[in-house]
Amino acid sequence: MTRGATLLVGLALMATGPARAERLVLSLSNHQVQISSTYTGTELTGFGVIERDAQTASRAGGFDVVITVRGPREAATVRRKEEFGPIWLNRGQQKFVAAPAFIGVLSSHPLSEIVDDTARRRLRLGLAAIVNAPEFTLDRGPEDEPYRAALVRLKSRDGLYVEDERGVGFVTDGFFRATIPLPATAPTGNYDVEAALFAGGALLARSQSSFELVKTGFEDRVTSAARERPLVYGIGTALISLAFGWVASVIFRRD
Amino acid sequence: MQIYLPIAEMPVSVMLVLGLGAAVGFVSGLFGIGGGFLMTPLLIFLGIPPATAVATQSAQIAASAMTSSLAAVRRRGIDMKLGAVLTAGGLVGTLLGVWLFAAARRAGQLDLIIVVSYVTLFTVVGSLMLAESLRDFWSARRGIVRLRRRAGAHPAFLGWPLRMRFPRSRLYASVIPIFGLSLCVGLVGALLGIGGGFIMVPALLYVFRVPTAVVIGTSQIQILAAALLAVILQSVLNGAVDVVLALILIVGGVFGAQFGTRAGRALRADVFRFLLAVLVLGVGLRFAIELVLRPSEPFSLSLPDSRR
Repeated sequence: MTRGATLLVGLALMATGPARAERLVLSLSNHQVQISSTYTGTELTGFGVIERDAQTASRAGGFDVVITVRGPREAATVRRKEEFGPIWLNRGQQKFVAAPAFIGVLSSHPLSEIVDDTARRRLRLGLAAIVNAPEFTLDRGPEDEPYRAALVRLKSRDGLYVEDERGVGFVTDGFFRATIPLPATAPTGNYDVEAALFAGGALLARSQSSFELVKTGFEDRVTSAARERPLVYGIGTALISLAFGWVASVIFRRD
Repeated sequence: MQIYLPIAEMPVSVMLVLGLGAAVGFVSGLFGIGGGFLMTPLLIFLGIPPATAVATQSAQIAASAMTSSLAAVRRRGIDMKLGAVLTAGGLVGTLLGVWLFAAARRAGQLDLIIVVSYVTLFTVVGSLMLAESLRDFWSARRGIVRLRRRAGAHPAFLGWPLRMRFPRSRLYASVIPIFGLSLCVGLVGALLGIGGGFIMVPALLYVFRVPTAVVIGTSQIQILAAALLAVILQSVLNGAVDVVLALILIVGGVFGAQFGTRAGRALRADVFRFLLAVLVLGVGLRFAIELVLRPSEPFSLSLPDSRR
Protein backbone atom coordinates (compact mmCIF):
# COMPACT_ATOMS: atom_id res chain seq x y z
CA MET A 1 0.00 0.00 0.00
CA THR A 2 2.60 2.52 1.16
CA ARG A 3 5.07 1.19 -1.35
CA GLY A 4 2.47 1.49 -4.11
CA ALA A 5 1.82 5.07 -3.08
CA THR A 6 5.51 5.97 -3.16
CA LEU A 7 5.85 4.33 -6.53
CA LEU A 8 2.99 6.51 -7.78
CA VAL A 9 4.66 9.56 -6.30
CA GLY A 10 7.88 8.56 -7.98
CA LEU A 11 6.14 8.10 -11.32
CA ALA A 12 4.38 11.41 -10.88
CA LEU A 13 7.71 13.07 -10.12
CA MET A 14 9.23 11.53 -13.21
CA ALA A 15 6.33 12.77 -15.30
CA THR A 16 6.22 16.35 -14.04
CA GLY A 17 8.68 17.88 -16.44
CA PRO A 18 12.06 18.01 -18.05
CA ALA A 19 13.80 18.90 -14.78
CA ARG A 20 12.89 15.46 -13.38
CA ALA A 21 13.58 13.35 -16.43
CA GLU A 22 16.18 10.95 -15.02
CA ARG A 23 15.70 7.34 -15.92
CA LEU A 24 17.37 4.46 -14.09
CA VAL A 25 18.41 1.30 -15.91
CA LEU A 26 19.59 -1.69 -13.84
CA SER A 27 21.22 -4.84 -15.15
CA LEU A 28 22.62 -7.89 -13.33
CA SER A 29 25.70 -9.91 -14.34
CA ASN A 30 23.67 -13.08 -13.98
CA HIS A 31 19.98 -13.95 -13.87
CA GLN A 32 20.46 -17.55 -12.82
CA VAL A 33 23.02 -18.61 -10.23
CA GLN A 34 23.68 -22.34 -10.32
CA ILE A 35 24.62 -24.41 -7.28
CA SER A 36 26.98 -27.28 -8.04
CA SER A 37 28.89 -29.51 -5.62
CA THR A 38 31.71 -26.97 -5.26
CA TYR A 39 29.41 -24.02 -4.51
CA THR A 40 30.58 -21.92 -1.57
CA GLY A 41 28.50 -18.79 -2.10
CA THR A 42 28.88 -16.27 -4.87
CA GLU A 43 28.93 -12.61 -5.82
CA LEU A 44 26.68 -10.96 -8.35
CA THR A 45 27.43 -7.64 -9.97
CA GLY A 46 24.73 -5.11 -10.67
CA PHE A 47 25.35 -2.36 -13.25
CA GLY A 48 23.26 0.74 -13.60
CA VAL A 49 23.03 3.71 -15.89
CA ILE A 50 21.35 7.03 -15.08
CA GLU A 51 19.89 8.39 -18.30
CA ARG A 52 19.25 12.10 -18.72
CA ASP A 53 17.95 13.94 -21.72
CA ALA A 54 19.47 17.18 -22.98
CA GLN A 55 17.16 19.47 -20.99
CA THR A 56 17.80 17.87 -17.62
CA ALA A 57 19.29 20.33 -15.22
CA SER A 58 22.51 19.08 -13.67
CA ARG A 59 22.28 18.47 -9.94
CA ALA A 60 24.69 20.14 -7.59
CA GLY A 61 24.86 17.39 -4.97
CA GLY A 62 25.26 14.53 -7.41
CA PHE A 63 23.31 11.26 -7.38
CA ASP A 64 22.95 8.53 -4.80
CA VAL A 65 21.84 4.97 -5.43
CA VAL A 66 20.42 2.43 -2.96
CA ILE A 67 20.14 -1.21 -4.08
CA THR A 68 17.93 -3.56 -2.05
CA VAL A 69 18.01 -7.34 -2.60
CA ARG A 70 15.28 -9.49 -1.07
CA GLY A 71 15.52 -13.30 -1.03
CA PRO A 72 12.68 -15.84 -0.89
CA ARG A 73 10.23 -15.45 2.01
CA GLU A 74 10.28 -17.95 4.87
CA ALA A 75 8.58 -18.31 8.23
CA ALA A 76 11.09 -17.70 11.00
CA THR A 77 10.64 -17.82 14.78
CA VAL A 78 12.87 -15.89 17.18
CA ARG A 79 12.89 -17.22 20.74
CA ARG A 80 14.25 -15.61 23.87
CA LYS A 81 15.77 -17.45 26.83
CA GLU A 82 14.69 -16.07 30.18
CA GLU A 83 15.67 -16.92 33.73
CA PHE A 84 13.21 -19.33 35.32
CA GLY A 85 14.32 -20.23 38.84
CA PRO A 86 17.87 -21.56 38.54
CA ILE A 87 17.70 -22.35 34.83
CA TRP A 88 17.39 -20.54 31.50
CA LEU A 89 14.46 -21.49 29.30
CA ASN A 90 13.04 -20.37 25.98
CA ARG A 91 9.99 -18.44 27.09
CA GLY A 92 9.15 -15.50 24.82
CA GLN A 93 8.87 -15.82 21.07
CA GLN A 94 8.01 -13.75 18.02
CA LYS A 95 7.01 -15.19 14.65
CA PHE A 96 8.05 -13.62 11.37
CA VAL A 97 5.62 -15.17 8.92
CA ALA A 98 7.22 -14.01 5.67
CA ALA A 99 10.68 -12.64 6.40
CA PRO A 100 13.05 -12.57 3.40
CA ALA A 101 15.71 -15.26 3.89
CA PHE A 102 18.26 -12.80 2.53
CA ILE A 103 18.31 -9.00 2.60
CA GLY A 104 21.15 -6.97 1.11
CA VAL A 105 21.14 -3.18 1.19
CA LEU A 106 23.95 -1.51 -0.77
CA SER A 107 24.25 2.25 -1.08
CA SER A 108 26.67 4.85 -2.39
CA HIS A 109 26.71 6.79 0.89
CA PRO A 110 25.46 6.15 4.44
CA LEU A 111 21.65 6.05 4.23
CA SER A 112 21.30 8.90 6.75
CA GLU A 113 23.15 11.18 4.31
CA ILE A 114 20.92 10.20 1.39
CA VAL A 115 17.41 10.73 2.81
CA ASP A 116 15.92 11.80 6.13
CA ASP A 117 14.57 9.34 8.71
CA THR A 118 10.91 9.77 7.79
CA ALA A 119 11.51 9.06 4.13
CA ARG A 120 13.79 6.15 5.00
CA ARG A 121 11.05 4.51 7.04
CA ARG A 122 8.39 5.28 4.44
CA LEU A 123 10.49 3.93 1.56
CA ARG A 124 11.74 0.88 3.57
CA LEU A 125 15.35 1.84 2.93
CA GLY A 126 17.94 -0.08 4.93
CA LEU A 127 17.78 -3.16 7.19
CA ALA A 128 16.38 -1.23 10.16
CA ALA A 129 13.58 0.33 8.12
CA ILE A 130 12.65 -2.99 6.47
CA VAL A 131 12.65 -5.05 9.66
CA ASN A 132 11.01 -2.36 11.82
CA ALA A 133 8.18 -1.82 9.34
CA PRO A 134 4.80 -2.54 11.00
CA GLU A 135 3.85 -5.19 8.43
CA PHE A 136 7.09 -7.17 8.94
CA THR A 137 5.74 -9.02 11.99
CA LEU A 138 2.89 -8.82 14.48
CA ASP A 139 3.06 -5.43 16.18
CA ARG A 140 2.98 -5.83 19.96
CA GLY A 141 3.97 -2.31 20.95
CA PRO A 142 7.43 -2.21 22.57
CA GLU A 143 7.29 -6.01 23.10
CA ASP A 144 8.37 -7.00 19.60
CA GLU A 145 11.31 -4.61 19.24
CA PRO A 146 14.01 -6.79 20.90
CA TYR A 147 12.91 -9.67 18.64
CA ARG A 148 13.22 -7.59 15.48
CA ALA A 149 16.69 -6.46 16.59
CA ALA A 150 17.65 -10.07 17.39
CA LEU A 151 16.53 -11.26 13.94
CA VAL A 152 18.79 -8.68 12.30
CA ARG A 153 21.68 -9.59 14.63
CA LEU A 154 21.38 -13.36 14.11
CA LYS A 155 20.90 -13.10 10.35
CA SER A 156 23.77 -10.60 10.01
CA ARG A 157 26.08 -12.99 11.84
CA ASP A 158 25.56 -15.53 9.01
CA GLY A 159 25.90 -12.91 6.28
CA LEU A 160 22.23 -13.31 5.36
CA TYR A 161 21.30 -9.74 6.26
CA VAL A 162 23.93 -7.32 5.00
CA GLU A 163 24.11 -3.56 4.78
CA ASP A 164 27.03 -1.87 3.00
CA GLU A 165 27.00 1.91 2.90
CA ARG A 166 29.83 1.94 0.35
CA GLY A 167 28.52 -1.01 -1.67
CA VAL A 168 27.56 1.07 -4.70
CA GLY A 169 30.41 2.74 -6.56
CA PHE A 170 30.09 5.35 -9.29
CA VAL A 171 32.38 4.69 -12.25
CA THR A 172 31.32 7.93 -13.93
CA ASP A 173 28.60 10.44 -13.01
CA GLY A 174 25.93 8.40 -14.71
CA PHE A 175 27.25 4.85 -14.39
CA PHE A 176 27.47 2.79 -11.20
CA ARG A 177 28.20 -0.77 -10.18
CA ALA A 178 27.55 -2.80 -7.04
CA THR A 179 28.63 -6.23 -5.82
CA ILE A 180 25.97 -8.35 -4.11
CA PRO A 181 27.59 -10.90 -1.74
CA LEU A 182 25.52 -14.10 -1.54
CA PRO A 183 26.61 -16.49 1.28
CA ALA A 184 26.50 -20.28 0.70
CA THR A 185 23.62 -20.67 3.18
CA ALA A 186 21.30 -18.36 1.21
CA PRO A 187 18.39 -20.60 0.14
CA THR A 188 17.36 -21.41 -3.42
CA GLY A 189 14.58 -19.37 -4.99
CA ASN A 190 13.85 -15.98 -6.47
CA TYR A 191 15.72 -12.86 -5.41
CA ASP A 192 14.28 -9.43 -6.18
CA VAL A 193 16.70 -6.58 -6.77
CA GLU A 194 15.47 -3.01 -6.60
CA ALA A 195 17.55 0.11 -7.26
CA ALA A 196 16.43 3.57 -6.20
CA LEU A 197 17.96 6.84 -7.41
CA PHE A 198 18.16 9.87 -5.12
CA ALA A 199 19.38 13.43 -5.37
CA GLY A 200 19.07 16.17 -2.78
CA GLY A 201 17.06 13.88 -0.48
CA ALA A 202 14.37 13.15 -3.08
CA LEU A 203 13.54 9.89 -4.82
CA LEU A 204 13.94 10.38 -8.58
CA ALA A 205 13.52 6.94 -10.12
CA ARG A 206 13.39 3.23 -9.43
CA SER A 207 14.30 0.15 -11.39
CA GLN A 208 13.75 -3.53 -10.69
CA SER A 209 15.35 -6.78 -11.70
CA SER A 210 15.66 -10.28 -10.28
CA PHE A 211 17.76 -13.40 -10.30
CA GLU A 212 17.17 -17.02 -9.42
CA LEU A 213 19.31 -19.35 -7.31
CA VAL A 214 18.95 -23.00 -8.41
CA LYS A 215 20.60 -26.35 -7.78
CA THR A 216 21.97 -28.10 -10.86
CA GLY A 217 23.31 -31.50 -11.89
CA PHE A 218 23.92 -33.97 -9.07
CA GLU A 219 22.67 -31.63 -6.32
CA ASP A 220 19.41 -31.12 -8.21
CA ARG A 221 18.92 -34.85 -8.83
CA VAL A 222 19.49 -35.71 -5.15
CA THR A 223 17.03 -33.03 -4.01
CA SER A 224 14.29 -34.11 -6.39
CA ALA A 225 14.81 -37.80 -5.54
CA ALA A 226 14.46 -36.99 -1.82
CA ARG A 227 11.31 -34.98 -2.50
CA GLU A 228 9.57 -37.08 -5.15
CA ARG A 229 10.50 -40.65 -4.16
CA PRO A 230 11.27 -40.43 -0.43
CA LEU A 231 10.74 -44.15 0.25
CA VAL A 232 13.16 -45.23 -2.51
CA TYR A 233 15.62 -42.55 -1.38
CA GLY A 234 15.40 -43.69 2.26
CA ILE A 235 15.80 -47.38 1.45
CA GLY A 236 18.66 -46.52 -0.92
CA THR A 237 20.47 -44.57 1.82
CA ALA A 238 19.89 -47.44 4.27
CA LEU A 239 21.34 -49.94 1.73
CA ILE A 240 24.39 -47.70 1.18
CA SER A 241 24.97 -47.73 4.97
CA LEU A 242 24.75 -51.53 5.08
CA ALA A 243 27.05 -51.92 2.07
CA PHE A 244 29.72 -49.62 3.49
CA GLY A 245 29.51 -51.33 6.88
CA TRP A 246 29.99 -54.71 5.21
CA VAL A 247 32.87 -53.51 2.98
CA ALA A 248 34.66 -52.09 6.03
CA SER A 249 34.34 -55.35 7.91
CA VAL A 250 35.78 -57.24 4.89
CA ILE A 251 38.70 -54.81 4.52
CA PHE A 252 39.57 -54.96 8.20
CA ARG A 253 39.04 -58.69 8.61
CA ARG A 254 42.17 -60.09 10.17
CA ASP A 255 40.97 -62.76 12.50
CA MET B 1 38.19 -29.13 0.32
CA GLN B 2 34.60 -27.96 0.49
CA ILE B 3 31.58 -29.85 -0.79
CA TYR B 4 27.99 -28.59 -1.07
CA LEU B 5 25.37 -30.68 0.76
CA PRO B 6 22.19 -30.81 -1.36
CA ILE B 7 19.65 -31.34 1.47
CA ALA B 8 21.36 -29.36 4.23
CA GLU B 9 21.83 -26.61 1.60
CA MET B 10 25.29 -25.55 2.74
CA PRO B 11 28.94 -26.37 2.03
CA VAL B 12 31.11 -28.24 4.56
CA SER B 13 34.79 -29.16 4.74
CA VAL B 14 35.16 -32.83 3.71
CA MET B 15 38.23 -33.46 5.91
CA LEU B 16 36.53 -31.99 8.99
CA VAL B 17 33.42 -34.16 8.60
CA LEU B 18 35.55 -37.26 7.84
CA GLY B 19 37.46 -36.60 11.07
CA LEU B 20 34.24 -36.16 13.06
CA GLY B 21 32.87 -39.40 11.64
CA ALA B 22 36.07 -41.25 12.56
CA ALA B 23 36.16 -39.88 16.11
CA VAL B 24 32.51 -40.67 16.85
CA GLY B 25 32.89 -44.06 15.10
CA PHE B 26 35.83 -44.89 17.40
CA VAL B 27 33.81 -44.13 20.54
CA SER B 28 30.87 -46.03 19.11
CA GLY B 29 32.95 -49.16 18.40
CA LEU B 30 34.72 -48.89 21.75
CA PHE B 31 31.59 -48.86 23.89
CA GLY B 32 29.07 -50.59 21.66
CA ILE B 33 26.87 -47.51 21.58
CA GLY B 34 25.53 -45.65 18.55
CA GLY B 35 27.24 -42.35 19.26
CA GLY B 36 24.26 -40.28 18.12
CA PHE B 37 24.29 -38.28 21.34
CA LEU B 38 27.80 -37.07 20.44
CA MET B 39 27.32 -36.64 16.68
CA THR B 40 24.05 -34.65 16.73
CA PRO B 41 25.39 -31.72 18.82
CA LEU B 42 28.64 -31.68 16.81
CA LEU B 43 26.81 -31.45 13.46
CA ILE B 44 24.49 -28.73 14.77
CA PHE B 45 27.59 -26.87 15.98
CA LEU B 46 28.92 -26.98 12.38
CA GLY B 47 25.75 -25.21 11.27
CA ILE B 48 23.89 -28.23 9.83
CA PRO B 49 20.13 -27.70 10.35
CA PRO B 50 19.02 -29.77 13.40
CA ALA B 51 16.46 -31.87 11.49
CA THR B 52 19.09 -32.86 8.91
CA ALA B 53 21.71 -33.55 11.60
CA VAL B 54 19.41 -35.87 13.58
CA ALA B 55 18.14 -37.67 10.46
CA THR B 56 21.47 -38.08 8.67
CA GLN B 57 23.59 -39.36 11.52
CA SER B 58 21.23 -42.37 11.71
CA ALA B 59 22.76 -43.51 8.40
CA GLN B 60 26.26 -43.37 9.88
CA ILE B 61 25.10 -45.21 12.99
CA ALA B 62 23.60 -47.92 10.77
CA ALA B 63 26.90 -48.38 8.93
CA SER B 64 29.02 -48.52 12.12
CA ALA B 65 26.52 -50.87 13.73
CA MET B 66 26.64 -53.13 10.64
CA THR B 67 30.44 -53.38 10.87
CA SER B 68 30.39 -53.96 14.63
CA SER B 69 27.60 -56.52 14.34
CA LEU B 70 29.51 -58.51 11.70
CA ALA B 71 32.64 -58.42 13.89
CA ALA B 72 30.57 -59.58 16.88
CA VAL B 73 29.01 -62.39 14.80
CA ARG B 74 32.49 -63.66 13.92
CA ARG B 75 33.66 -63.73 17.51
CA ARG B 76 30.27 -65.16 18.59
CA GLY B 77 29.56 -62.14 20.78
CA ILE B 78 25.87 -61.91 19.92
CA ASP B 79 22.83 -63.32 21.67
CA MET B 80 20.41 -63.43 18.74
CA LYS B 81 17.46 -64.39 20.93
CA LEU B 82 18.03 -61.50 23.33
CA GLY B 83 18.69 -59.20 20.33
CA ALA B 84 15.31 -60.14 18.81
CA VAL B 85 13.41 -59.36 22.03
CA LEU B 86 15.26 -56.04 22.38
CA THR B 87 14.60 -55.11 18.74
CA ALA B 88 10.87 -55.86 19.02
CA GLY B 89 10.55 -53.72 22.14
CA GLY B 90 12.66 -50.99 20.55
CA LEU B 91 10.40 -50.75 17.48
CA VAL B 92 7.26 -50.37 19.64
CA GLY B 93 9.06 -47.72 21.72
CA THR B 94 10.19 -45.85 18.61
CA LEU B 95 6.62 -45.57 17.32
CA LEU B 96 5.44 -44.31 20.73
CA GLY B 97 8.35 -41.84 20.83
CA VAL B 98 7.50 -40.43 17.39
CA TRP B 99 3.93 -39.91 18.56
CA LEU B 100 5.07 -38.22 21.81
CA PHE B 101 7.47 -36.02 19.81
CA ALA B 102 4.58 -34.71 17.70
CA ALA B 103 2.35 -34.19 20.77
CA ALA B 104 5.06 -32.20 22.61
CA ARG B 105 5.65 -30.09 19.51
CA ARG B 106 1.94 -29.29 19.27
CA ALA B 107 1.99 -28.22 22.93
CA GLY B 108 5.02 -25.98 22.21
CA GLN B 109 7.14 -27.63 24.91
CA LEU B 110 9.44 -29.80 22.80
CA ASP B 111 12.63 -27.80 23.50
CA LEU B 112 12.09 -27.96 27.26
CA ILE B 113 11.33 -31.71 27.25
CA ILE B 114 14.44 -32.45 25.18
CA VAL B 115 16.86 -30.43 27.31
CA VAL B 116 15.45 -31.59 30.65
CA SER B 117 15.42 -35.24 29.47
CA TYR B 118 19.03 -34.96 28.33
CA VAL B 119 20.17 -33.50 31.64
CA THR B 120 18.20 -35.88 33.86
CA LEU B 121 18.93 -39.02 31.88
CA PHE B 122 22.64 -38.45 31.34
CA THR B 123 23.51 -37.16 34.80
CA VAL B 124 21.47 -39.86 36.58
CA VAL B 125 22.67 -42.76 34.40
CA GLY B 126 26.24 -41.39 34.37
CA SER B 127 26.37 -40.87 38.16
CA LEU B 128 25.00 -44.35 38.89
CA MET B 129 27.55 -45.93 36.56
CA LEU B 130 30.40 -43.84 37.95
CA ALA B 131 29.49 -44.66 41.58
CA GLU B 132 29.31 -48.37 40.76
CA SER B 133 32.62 -48.31 38.95
CA LEU B 134 34.38 -46.34 41.71
CA ARG B 135 33.08 -48.84 44.29
CA ASP B 136 34.61 -51.59 42.14
CA PHE B 137 37.98 -49.83 42.06
CA TRP B 138 37.85 -49.16 45.80
CA SER B 139 37.11 -52.75 46.79
CA ALA B 140 39.75 -54.05 44.36
CA ARG B 141 42.36 -51.85 46.06
CA ARG B 142 41.42 -53.11 49.49
CA GLY B 143 41.65 -56.63 48.16
CA ILE B 144 37.98 -57.44 48.62
CA VAL B 145 36.49 -59.50 45.83
CA ARG B 146 32.96 -58.33 45.06
CA LEU B 147 31.12 -61.12 43.35
CA ARG B 148 29.37 -59.91 40.21
CA ARG B 149 26.86 -62.77 40.31
CA ARG B 150 25.59 -64.18 43.51
CA ALA B 151 23.16 -67.03 43.63
CA GLY B 152 19.67 -65.82 44.50
CA ALA B 153 20.72 -62.14 44.41
CA HIS B 154 18.80 -61.24 41.26
CA PRO B 155 16.32 -58.38 41.31
CA ALA B 156 12.82 -59.73 41.93
CA PHE B 157 11.38 -58.62 38.58
CA LEU B 158 13.61 -61.09 36.74
CA GLY B 159 11.39 -63.78 38.25
CA TRP B 160 8.16 -62.42 36.79
CA PRO B 161 6.09 -64.69 34.53
CA LEU B 162 6.99 -65.47 30.90
CA ARG B 163 10.51 -66.51 31.84
CA MET B 164 12.80 -67.25 28.97
CA ARG B 165 16.24 -68.80 28.73
CA PHE B 166 19.04 -66.78 27.03
CA PRO B 167 21.93 -69.27 27.20
CA ARG B 168 24.52 -67.05 25.49
CA SER B 169 23.86 -64.24 27.97
CA ARG B 170 23.76 -66.69 30.90
CA LEU B 171 20.35 -65.23 31.68
CA TYR B 172 17.10 -66.88 32.69
CA ALA B 173 14.59 -64.12 33.21
CA SER B 174 11.09 -62.86 32.49
CA VAL B 175 10.78 -61.15 29.08
CA ILE B 176 8.55 -58.42 30.59
CA PRO B 177 11.38 -56.28 32.11
CA ILE B 178 13.58 -56.89 29.04
CA PHE B 179 10.83 -55.83 26.66
CA GLY B 180 10.04 -52.84 28.93
CA LEU B 181 13.67 -51.72 28.95
CA SER B 182 13.95 -51.81 25.16
CA LEU B 183 10.58 -50.04 24.83
CA CYS B 184 11.82 -47.20 27.06
CA VAL B 185 15.09 -47.00 25.14
CA GLY B 186 13.24 -46.84 21.80
CA LEU B 187 10.88 -44.17 23.15
CA VAL B 188 13.65 -41.96 24.54
CA GLY B 189 15.72 -42.54 21.42
CA ALA B 190 12.99 -41.36 19.07
CA LEU B 191 12.22 -38.39 21.31
CA LEU B 192 15.81 -37.20 21.65
CA GLY B 193 17.09 -38.31 18.24
CA ILE B 194 19.63 -40.72 19.73
CA GLY B 195 20.11 -44.49 19.50
CA GLY B 196 19.91 -45.09 23.23
CA GLY B 197 22.84 -47.53 23.40
CA PHE B 198 24.20 -45.66 26.39
CA ILE B 199 21.09 -46.69 28.40
CA MET B 200 20.85 -50.19 26.95
CA VAL B 201 24.50 -51.12 27.58
CA PRO B 202 24.64 -50.23 31.32
CA ALA B 203 21.17 -51.69 31.93
CA LEU B 204 22.18 -55.02 30.41
CA LEU B 205 25.49 -54.90 32.30
CA TYR B 206 24.22 -53.94 35.76
CA VAL B 207 20.57 -54.99 35.96
CA PHE B 208 20.58 -58.16 33.88
CA ARG B 209 24.25 -59.01 34.55
CA VAL B 210 24.87 -60.03 30.93
CA PRO B 211 28.60 -60.61 30.15
CA THR B 212 30.34 -57.53 28.68
CA ALA B 213 31.34 -59.20 25.39
CA VAL B 214 27.74 -60.29 24.69
CA VAL B 215 26.29 -56.90 25.72
CA ILE B 216 28.26 -54.97 23.09
CA GLY B 217 27.43 -57.28 20.16
CA THR B 218 23.77 -57.65 21.11
CA SER B 219 23.19 -53.94 21.60
CA GLN B 220 24.78 -53.32 18.18
CA ILE B 221 22.14 -55.58 16.57
CA GLN B 222 19.35 -53.58 18.20
CA ILE B 223 21.00 -50.26 17.21
CA LEU B 224 21.35 -51.47 13.60
CA ALA B 225 17.62 -52.23 13.37
CA ALA B 226 16.59 -48.94 15.01
CA ALA B 227 18.96 -46.85 12.85
CA LEU B 228 17.78 -48.45 9.58
CA LEU B 229 14.16 -47.77 10.56
CA ALA B 230 15.08 -44.19 11.48
CA VAL B 231 16.77 -43.51 8.11
CA ILE B 232 13.71 -44.70 6.18
CA LEU B 233 11.15 -42.98 8.46
CA GLN B 234 13.10 -39.69 8.44
CA SER B 235 13.32 -39.77 4.64
CA VAL B 236 9.61 -40.40 4.22
CA LEU B 237 8.27 -38.12 6.97
CA ASN B 238 10.73 -35.21 7.00
CA GLY B 239 12.82 -35.50 3.81
CA ALA B 240 15.74 -34.53 6.02
CA VAL B 241 18.34 -37.23 5.20
CA ASP B 242 21.32 -35.79 3.30
CA VAL B 243 22.92 -38.65 1.36
CA VAL B 244 26.14 -36.73 0.63
CA LEU B 245 26.68 -35.87 4.30
CA ALA B 246 25.77 -39.48 5.20
CA LEU B 247 28.43 -40.85 2.80
CA ILE B 248 31.22 -38.69 4.26
CA LEU B 249 30.21 -39.58 7.83
CA ILE B 250 29.97 -43.29 6.96
CA VAL B 251 33.43 -43.43 5.36
CA GLY B 252 34.95 -41.72 8.41
CA GLY B 253 32.80 -43.69 10.84
CA VAL B 254 33.45 -47.24 9.59
CA PHE B 255 37.21 -46.76 9.91
CA GLY B 256 36.88 -45.22 13.38
CA ALA B 257 34.55 -48.00 14.50
CA GLN B 258 37.08 -50.71 13.48
CA PHE B 259 39.80 -49.23 15.65
CA GLY B 260 37.30 -48.60 18.43
CA THR B 261 36.17 -52.24 18.45
CA ARG B 262 39.79 -53.43 18.69
CA ALA B 263 40.61 -50.97 21.46
CA GLY B 264 37.46 -52.13 23.27
CA ARG B 265 38.62 -55.74 23.29
CA ALA B 266 41.95 -54.68 24.83
CA LEU B 267 40.27 -52.71 27.64
CA ARG B 268 39.81 -54.21 31.08
CA ALA B 269 36.13 -54.54 32.00
CA ASP B 270 36.32 -52.21 35.02
CA VAL B 271 38.21 -49.55 33.05
CA PHE B 272 35.63 -49.90 30.26
CA ARG B 273 32.74 -49.25 32.67
CA PHE B 274 34.57 -46.32 34.25
CA LEU B 275 35.26 -44.61 30.88
CA LEU B 276 31.68 -45.09 29.68
CA ALA B 277 30.38 -43.61 32.95
CA VAL B 278 32.65 -40.56 32.59
CA LEU B 279 31.56 -40.04 28.97
CA VAL B 280 27.83 -40.21 29.75
CA LEU B 281 28.13 -38.01 32.84
CA GLY B 282 30.26 -35.50 30.90
CA VAL B 283 27.59 -35.07 28.22
CA GLY B 284 24.90 -34.67 30.91
CA LEU B 285 26.91 -32.00 32.74
CA ARG B 286 27.54 -30.15 29.49
CA PHE B 287 23.78 -29.83 28.93
CA ALA B 288 23.21 -28.93 32.60
CA ILE B 289 25.76 -26.10 32.34
CA GLU B 290 24.03 -24.82 29.21
CA LEU B 291 20.75 -24.80 31.11
CA VAL B 292 22.11 -22.94 34.15
CA LEU B 293 24.59 -20.45 32.71
CA ARG B 294 23.45 -17.01 31.56
CA PRO B 295 23.51 -17.32 27.75
CA SER B 296 25.70 -14.81 25.87
CA GLU B 297 23.00 -14.58 23.20
CA PRO B 298 19.57 -15.12 24.77
CA PHE B 299 17.85 -15.05 21.37
CA SER B 300 17.79 -17.91 18.90
CA LEU B 301 16.38 -18.23 15.39
CA SER B 302 14.55 -21.30 14.15
CA LEU B 303 13.39 -21.94 10.61
CA PRO B 304 10.60 -24.29 9.57
CA ASP B 305 11.52 -27.95 9.06
CA SER B 306 9.90 -27.82 5.64
CA ARG B 307 12.76 -25.87 4.12
CA ARG B 308 15.59 -27.46 6.01
